[in-house]
Amino acid sequence: MPTGRITITLEVNGTPRVIAVDPRTTLLDALRECLGLTGTKKGCDHGECGACTVLLDGRRINACLTLAVMQEGHRVTTIEGLASGAALHPVQTAFLAQDAFQCGFCTPGQILSAVGCIAEGRATTRETIREGMSGNLCRCSAYPEIVEAVFLAATQPGSP
Amino acid sequence: MTIRPQSGHRVDGLVKVTGRARYAGDVAAEGVVFGCFATSDIPAGKVTSVDTTDAEAEPGVVRIWTHENVPRLPKLTHAAAGESLLPLQTDRVTFEGQGIALVLAETLEAAEEAARRVRATYEVEPAQTDFRMALDQRVVIDDWAPLSTSVGDFAAGLGRAQVKVDQSYRTADRHHHAIEPAAVLAIWDGREMLVHDSTQWGYGVRAALAQVLGLPPTQIRVVSEYVGGGFGAKGSVWPYEVYAAVAARELGRPVKIVLSRSQSFTAHGYQPATDQRVILGATEDGCLTAVRHESINPTAILDDHIEHGTLGTRSMYQCPAIETQEHVVRVHRGSPTFMRTPHEGPGMVGLEIAMDELAYALHLDPLELRRRNYAEHDPTNGKPFSSNALRECYDIGAERFGWARRTHPPKSMRDGNDWVGWGMGNALMGTFRFGASARTTLTRDGRVRIETGSQEIGTGTRTTLPLVAAEILGIPADRITVSLGDTNLPEAGGTFGSSTTIGVGSAVREAATQLRHRLNQLAAEPGLQPHEYGEVLALRGLDQLAAEGGWAPSKESGNFAMFAFGAVFAEVRVDALLRVPRVTRLVGAYSVGRVIDPIGARAQITGGMIWGIGQALMESSTMDHALGRYVSKNLTGGLVPVSADVPDLEVHFADEFDPHASPLGARGVGEIGPVGVAPAIANAVFHATGIRIREVPIRVEHLMGEG
Repeated sequence: MPTGRITITLEVNGTPRVIAVDPRTTLLDALRECLGLTGTKKGCDHGECGACTVLLDGRRINACLTLAVMQEGHRVTTIEGLASGAALHPVQTAFLAQDAFQCGFCTPGQILSAVGCIAEGRATTRETIREGMSGNLCRCSAYPEIVEAVFLAATQPGSP
Repeated sequence: MTIRPQSGHRVDGLVKVTGRARYAGDVAAEGVVFGCFATSDIPAGKVTSVDTTDAEAEPGVVRIWTHENVPRLPKLTHAAAGESLLPLQTDRVTFEGQGIALVLAETLEAAEEAARRVRATYEVEPAQTDFRMALDQRVVIDDWAPLSTSVGDFAAGLGRAQVKVDQSYRTADRHHHAIEPAAVLAIWDGREMLVHDSTQWGYGVRAALAQVLGLPPTQIRVVSEYVGGGFGAKGSVWPYEVYAAVAARELGRPVKIVLSRSQSFTAHGYQPATDQRVILGATEDGCLTAVRHESINPTAILDDHIEHGTLGTRSMYQCPAIETQEHVVRVHRGSPTFMRTPHEGPGMVGLEIAMDELAYALHLDPLELRRRNYAEHDPTNGKPFSSNALRECYDIGAERFGWARRTHPPKSMRDGNDWVGWGMGNALMGTFRFGASARTTLTRDGRVRIETGSQEIGTGTRTTLPLVAAEILGIPADRITVSLGDTNLPEAGGTFGSSTTIGVGSAVREAATQLRHRLNQLAAEPGLQPHEYGEVLALRGLDQLAAEGGWAPSKESGNFAMFAFGAVFAEVRVDALLRVPRVTRLVGAYSVGRVIDPIGARAQITGGMIWGIGQALMESSTMDHALGRYVSKNLTGGLVPVSADVPDLEVHFADEFDPHASPLGARGVGEIGPVGVAPAIANAVFHATGIRIREVPIRVEHLMGEG
């Protein structure tokens, strides 16, 4: 197993970040352990729960399913970089408005996934939202409220 | 009442939607060492050797403990323990997944890689992991509730019955699957042990660690700012928590252990499967004359867990003769534990499907059958109910669901290719009440801080407690903040058993009452108004004023039987050719005493109802009994509900005040939601298809063939 560290640059939340990572380090662990961006959560480490969802070059991915070294030079958006200053992203606002969480652990992944789902044009009806958001598990099962939040964010004027 | 979410309802919403809520695994510590367990591949035997040579070659490994070099620890005897046997303390293996080595390394990657490289050899012993193959070895053990009860003359009652049901029912092994894997970070400064832990019971962790570490509890501080779901798995103290603390003390460095998803299957318990037999006897007009309920579940070789599948039957229906009996079978698996919803969750599956069978045997509407057997008081111990609005639940639920439009014969409500089925089930859950304490502190700006050593695991504790204090103090809830999740705060019990609002809420009420009392004393004249609180402090030269309050169940309140009740109505559709059962509508009406926080309570119930859908149609942690291990230790092989599985849900609460359960008028809400849902769905599947399934989860293969 190679264990030497490799220096890479990621553009994280608009800022280039230079980090030295183990070649085995996933993007998820790089965000959490190297950059201290712990808003991105590890729920399963196998791409099954969606808690680690981030935007990579604007598209939603499971950060646990890609190695950090593979993302050299790419743009990563995490929950910490979603709001513009004090102004929350409309999806964050919608999650607050609809009470779309309980314990909050899956919430960052849900929100990033919702941003991706809306950008993909899949969030047109509650039915398509249910399908499009089914890669993100919520064991508290705030699903009804999550669907309403995504619908609200996707359909309100000036939605992302 | 119809309840809609409102913006910013949860006071911790902002930190949760911005990723700033800090869970135990998010806490960083300088010089941290990562811990990872290597676990046994076999369910029974002895570890003969553990070869760590290859593992130690991994750069960054700090230490590897096996049964040969681990520090010796006393048995974990505290009641908070989920398992008494600490792994590595013996060469004996009693379940697959038991820790056999603990790797401590500089990085997470090194710890995980080295753990993979640990090689153990075993003296393999015969193992039995399937309790259904060992029912003849079932035993009765002691527990907090009796394993058998008997009231009246069952044989005579059954002899008098004109209609009988005698059937067997099964529920499956299931796991909690909180999305946050259990995480612990232990920091030893030479005198105090600080433990950041994703726990439902900080004070329980503190007490258990004190016992094992030989430290006074006051030298241990357990902090859990946010917990990413628990559902029972984090309600007890488990070996990984103990070893993080032991390693931190031994190494003199912070130690973090985060369980992997696969380790979560064997590291902190599961809800055990049950085999149940229900015998019902009734007169031809549908009055029960005899009820007998037996339930058997697996438990560990060395530790006890009784699922108490018959608890609900002891109290649900009026009947002159009720017998219940529970057994356990010891198998080579880790200890089961409490899981939302314990006891009645699996138990009511048997009782409520049996009641549906009885309704059909009687040609009687299933809801009418339940009405005819409504219990005016607890039929087993004779105590009056503290409060019970089940009849109102029947009325509301049936009305909202449209139950009157149901046609009784199976397969009578076909819609195109779909067989449509309507079924119902009762929900019941015992009320757990634990003593608690809290402190309220007023500052000159007129704000109040609540402090209590309770936890926030998603149930909304930070939002509910200010509502309680606001009512007493007469100030808006948004001027009240809550500090919790820290054993340096006043003692509170675990966040389990739907007990927090009752216990901690009542303690906060008392603390707020004391605060108000002291303010009145300090005020120069009577008639102190809430907006004058700050002035009173200024007048007396005080920066702040604190008052503590505690609450414990009174002895007199023990004279009452206390339950959360509910009635659940389900609609399923089954494609006549494909036979995939889908839930398309659920209506639940609940009697839970006074509802303190309707939005939070509704969310608890809808979440719980979705758990019920999982129990009914999906959740089963399948074992390969030849290997003695779970087949799929992940979230793709072990299914849980996702957004696409969730239908329209409707929740109603009866307007009620329980004068005995707590001073707040409240009973518990958190765990009644999943109860009754699975049998309601199973009964709806029967109504849709005419196929009676007596086990959950119900899957497509159960519905092939007939019809």
